[in-house]
Amino acid sequence: MLPGNVGRAMLGPFADQRAVDLLNHEMGTDRPYLVQYGDWISGFLAGDLGLSYAYRAPVSEFLATALLNSLKLSLVAFLMVVPLGILVGVIAALQRDRAIDRVISVVGLSASIVPEFVSGIILILIFGVSLRWFPISATWPTGAGFFTQIYYLILPSVPLVLILFGYIARMTRAGMIEALDAEYTRTAILKGLSYPQVIWRHVLRNALLPTISVIATQTVYLIGGLVVIEILFHYQGIGSLIFTAAQKRDFPMLQAGVMVVGALFVATTLLADLIYAALNPRIRLGSQ
Amino acid sequence: MIDKRKPTLKLENLCVQYSVKGEKRQILHGVNIEIAPGEAYGIVGESGCGKSTAAYAVLRYLPRNGSVNQGRILINGQDLLGLGKAQLRELRRTSVAMVYQDPGRALNPTIRVGLQIEEVFELARIPKSEWAHRTEEVLRRVRISDPQQVMERYPHQLSGGMQQRVAIAMALASMPTLLVLDEPTTGLDATVEADILDLILQLRRDSSTSILFISHNLAVIAKMCDRVGVLYAGRLVEEGRTGDVFNSPRHPYTVGLLRCLPQRGRSKNVAPLTTIPGVLPPAGAVIPGCVFSPRCAVADEICRTIEPDIADLGNRLCKCHYPERASIMAVVEPLPPIQYRSSYDPDPALEIRHLNMTYGAETIKFKALHDVSLTLGRGETLGLVGESGSGKTTLARNILGIVKPDAGSSIRLDGKQAAAELAGRTREQVKALQIVFQNPDSALNRSHTVRHMINRTIAKLTNISKRDRERRVHELTRAVKLSDRYLDARPSQLSGGLKQRVAIARAFSGDPRIVVCDEPTSALDVSVQAAILNLLVELQNSKQVSFIFISHDLGVVRYLSDRIAVLYLGRVMEIGPAEDVFSGPHHPYTEALLSSVPSIDGKHPERVKLDGEVPSALKPPSGCVFHTRCSRKLGSICENTAPDLVALGNLHAIRCHIPAEQLPRSRGPG
Amino acid sequence: MMTDDNVRAETIRNKKERRNLYRIIGSYTFIIGAAIVLFWVLCAIFGRMLVPFDPFADDMLNSLSPPSTEHWFGTDQLGRDVFSRVIAGARDILTIAPLATLISAVVGTALGLVMGYFGGVVDEVTSRIVDAVLALPTVIVALLALTALGTSIVAVLFVIGFTFAPIIARTVRASVLTERGLDYVSAAKLRRESSLYIMFVEILPNIIPPIVVETTVRLGYAIFTVATLSFIGFGIQPPSPDWGLSISTNYGLIGGGYWWTVVFDSLAIASLVIGVNLMADGIQSVLND
Repeated sequence: MLPGNVGRAMLGPFADQRAVDLLNHEMGTDRPYLVQYGDWISGFLAGDLGLSYAYRAPVSEFLATALLNSLKLSLVAFLMVVPLGILVGVIAALQRDRAIDRVISVVGLSASIVPEFVSGIILILIFGVSLRWFPISATWPTGAGFFTQIYYLILPSVPLVLILFGYIARMTRAGMIEALDAEYTRTAILKGLSYPQVIWRHVLRNALLPTISVIATQTVYLIGGLVVIEILFHYQGIGSLIFTAAQKRDFPMLQAGVMVVGALFVATTLLADLIYAALNPRIRLGSQ
Repeated sequence: MIDKRKPTLKLENLCVQYSVKGEKRQILHGVNIEIAPGEAYGIVGESGCGKSTAAYAVLRYLPRNGSVNQGRILINGQDLLGLGKAQLRELRRTSVAMVYQDPGRALNPTIRVGLQIEEVFELARIPKSEWAHRTEEVLRRVRISDPQQVMERYPHQLSGGMQQRVAIAMALASMPTLLVLDEPTTGLDATVEADILDLILQLRRDSSTSILFISHNLAVIAKMCDRVGVLYAGRLVEEGRTGDVFNSPRHPYTVGLLRCLPQRGRSKNVAPLTTIPGVLPPAGAVIPGCVFSPRCAVADEICRTIEPDIADLGNRLCKCHYPERASIMAVVEPLPPIQYRSSYDPDPALEIRHLNMTYGAETIKFKALHDVSLTLGRGETLGLVGESGSGKTTLARNILGIVKPDAGSSIRLDGKQAAAELAGRTREQVKALQIVFQNPDSALNRSHTVRHMINRTIAKLTNISKRDRERRVHELTRAVKLSDRYLDARPSQLSGGLKQRVAIARAFSGDPRIVVCDEPTSALDVSVQAAILNLLVELQNSKQVSFIFISHDLGVVRYLSDRIAVLYLGRVMEIGPAEDVFSGPHHPYTEALLSSVPSIDGKHPERVKLDGEVPSALKPPSGCVFHTRCSRKLGSICENTAPDLVALGNLHAIRCHIPAEQLPRSRGPG
Repeated sequence: MMTDDNVRAETIRNKKERRNLYRIIGSYTFIIGAAIVLFWVLCAIFGRMLVPFDPFADDMLNSLSPPSTEHWFGTDQLGRDVFSRVIAGARDILTIAPLATLISAVVGTALGLVMGYFGGVVDEVTSRIVDAVLALPTVIVALLALTALGTSIVAVLFVIGFTFAPIIARTVRASVLTERGLDYVSAAKLRRESSLYIMFVEILPNIIPPIVVETTVRLGYAIFTVATLSFIGFGIQPPSPDWGLSISTNYGLIGGGYWWTVVFDSLAIASLVIGVNLMADGIQSVLND
């Protein structure tokens, strides 16, 4: 549904008009939009995502590998940021309004607003070019083992970690503070429990509940970050796939990519809702 | 090992202060209290007097910015403030326990109830094998009939009354020597409250726990406590045996407080309520001399300059220079009583017929109001009484047109049919039917000035020209006794009483014929409440306006109402002249309600206990909806057939199968 | 019988407003943030007049020379002075981002008010659309839209404005729902006020704090998004000295050691977004009291 004469885009501005028309007809892009779209949806549901305009090969092949790559990168980032963010958020809440709390707040805030490509470039300069601790391209040599892959993925995942860290820490902190201020915490303290016992038994379970549900919403930002990071680190993931598809006006590829991203988001949100419902007795059991 | 000679609790010259944004505010000033083992002591006072602070100080649980700057707290002889952290925890585990106001929030929502109680046993180092058994036992003690089931539940699955029982069970599980209760029944329905209070009384009899009971409700304290201390602005102004203090108070504040209450036998037709002039001093204010002197009717120069000592009057303490003056305090002149027409007015101000209302859509529907019919005469006050789920607020909103009733409902205003929805009504009709809401913080727009709010209402509801509006605004503020200097203030700068006056002025902007008062004084202190009630009566006298007065406080309703309607689960159970409804013959539910209200003079009618709690409106019982809890149930007729409203003469009607001569009458002084 | 209240009450509100202002200004984070932002704003306005070199002037003889006393930040591939380009680069981003944020605030507030106040079908339908838009990352939505609309400044403005509007609308809607439950709204209906009046005169003044907070945060993200879009080539176009654009042109060179062509632009972006966010943080901690 994006405008732009596909045939023209593929053959370039100087090609003969008749050649362009012929190509368009061959590809079916001269049919009414609705027909094209209907065709595509039925194809999508059947698993056939069409042929990429740019590569003249089935989209699904590219998509599958790209998706897998992106998932690997996301997982590395996720596994780093979730424990870190939660831990830091809990510490900030326990040290509320003291120096360390403010420092965490400001650092988290700053880290999360700096665009991924900026932090990426600075990291590349320091750790990739200067110190040479990590490779500056994320694409590992074919046949690389599990640990090598992780090694290649560490540097690119750091900007993603920075983006998400601030938000997760902040949400955890807010959840903790609400739980710490709650009346049931007061009850627990006045029962005679020691402070660590109160935190561990009564506070944490209530504090982390809201955090879990918001982590899912963060996948949106994660995916957005993937686009930039994959371009910067020359990584064949779904982000760079979508980008090149947009540049080249490769609509089947673009459509498929966007659909997958949307579906991913829906799936993660659903999963988070399910986990939340399972953990929250109020929802699980309803009221009498 | 508890030394029986030592008091369970001793507050010695206790001074507590808070640090707010750099300023230090003294909340408690030299409070001295002693509670003997097994004794129940009540602290009573209005908002801001420091009673909750005292309660938390006893547990050494002051917020971060609070501190004890002087004095000692001794529990069983131990100096509380000198204890180390571990010793403090030990004290909390075994000697002192607390029950709070909102049980729903006091229990952890993600842990099963049984486990929360078992934790107490764990802390008392009782072997694990005994926990479950003991938990069951303690739940049985608080009269929960199926403890095993309750133990498996989460707090949100229990009703309010049940939650409070669980909280009490948890507190008693450690067998403390001192139990602190901070407004434990505020917010619960009257019948549930009575149940919980009775439970506490019984538990006291079975054990030797001392009780510190904090409340703003003098009647509750009268019922529960042996001795009482009256707290005003952080100072204990009077103390003594409950009966003595409430029947012959010696401090002007106590006198004033008692006179504010609409008690038995008082009615608006007899005399206005006496009020205490002035307002409560703000927290931490520094006042020279006696803290009560600015408001005291019998104060003199000495009172205003020198702080009084505590006078010992033999088993009574009073912080006043002239305790003998209290009994001769003058009473305000009564206003002429309104002439109430007892015969049926052919031209009523408001007529409601067959009002039904259903909430919800598709699968989850429930009927909030069932076939409600009533009439309201001109200048008459109809009191609406009922517990939660009764539908009284829903009824008010339906009458006003804020929500839409079901088809077939009829509302007639001054003889003319009024549209079901507000949008369909004429300006005259809208102007004639106004409301004063319960919570003035919610009812007044916090971004607008008083002047703007009243002015705008006048502009929208009347034809008064721009020039004359200013005059009308002043007319209204004068009528509600609101000083002009508040006209340009915003609600956040005003106290509760002032805000409610603004709300009343606004409601009267267009000279309404009927004003719905939805719990207008529930959020206010007792002394402020009296002033507002007097104001409402005055306005009614001068403007012949009718009131529909909704309240859960039966004393206030009785004082103010000409007629009363009792609602239960959206149905009118009884309706009739106020005195008839109160003295009987009346509906069994009315009987139970009346008997659950504690009275200050210590004379309580025999309590009619109700089984269980108010059923859910989603699944009302069959037949007569009250049969599940009725102590006078006749039998299967009550379960199967819903009774009609039966007239008892004199505009008094009751919805019950019991024949008129067998209906209960009120026992005790009426 | 006249009841008198405390005279102090009158002066409280004025004091509170002034105190709030002082607390905002006095917080360290706000001051630092404001200083940074102010610096860049001045660069945006006056920069091009005050820089030592013309940001657009090529000088192939001096291309890719490292920082020196003459060229403080070195020169790029075309010999242009990096320092001048960094200073001049502030203008575009500081024109587009705030404007886009303003659009999103206005549209978002109006949308949120309507959704929250009317509820029902209107709310349901709009919420679905909002959820759909928010399910995709801004960058991807922007990519799609700009592919269709072309990469003019106006297009970027509107794309950001309309993708951020739903975010603001969500916050506004939540606040409106809370206010709607308060009795002053019923009181307004009981004097036959129109819906428009209730939304804008009754409710809106009470929800200003969350709107301000959300808008300042959005400003930070608007800058973020403009920079990112410029980086991937879908935003500001050459020959603008815009930072994101410069970085995208030059980042291939860092392997060869020409770090100054990207470092200063990166630091510029980082400092600006952090500055805006620090200001937002300062405002938020006070208004959220």
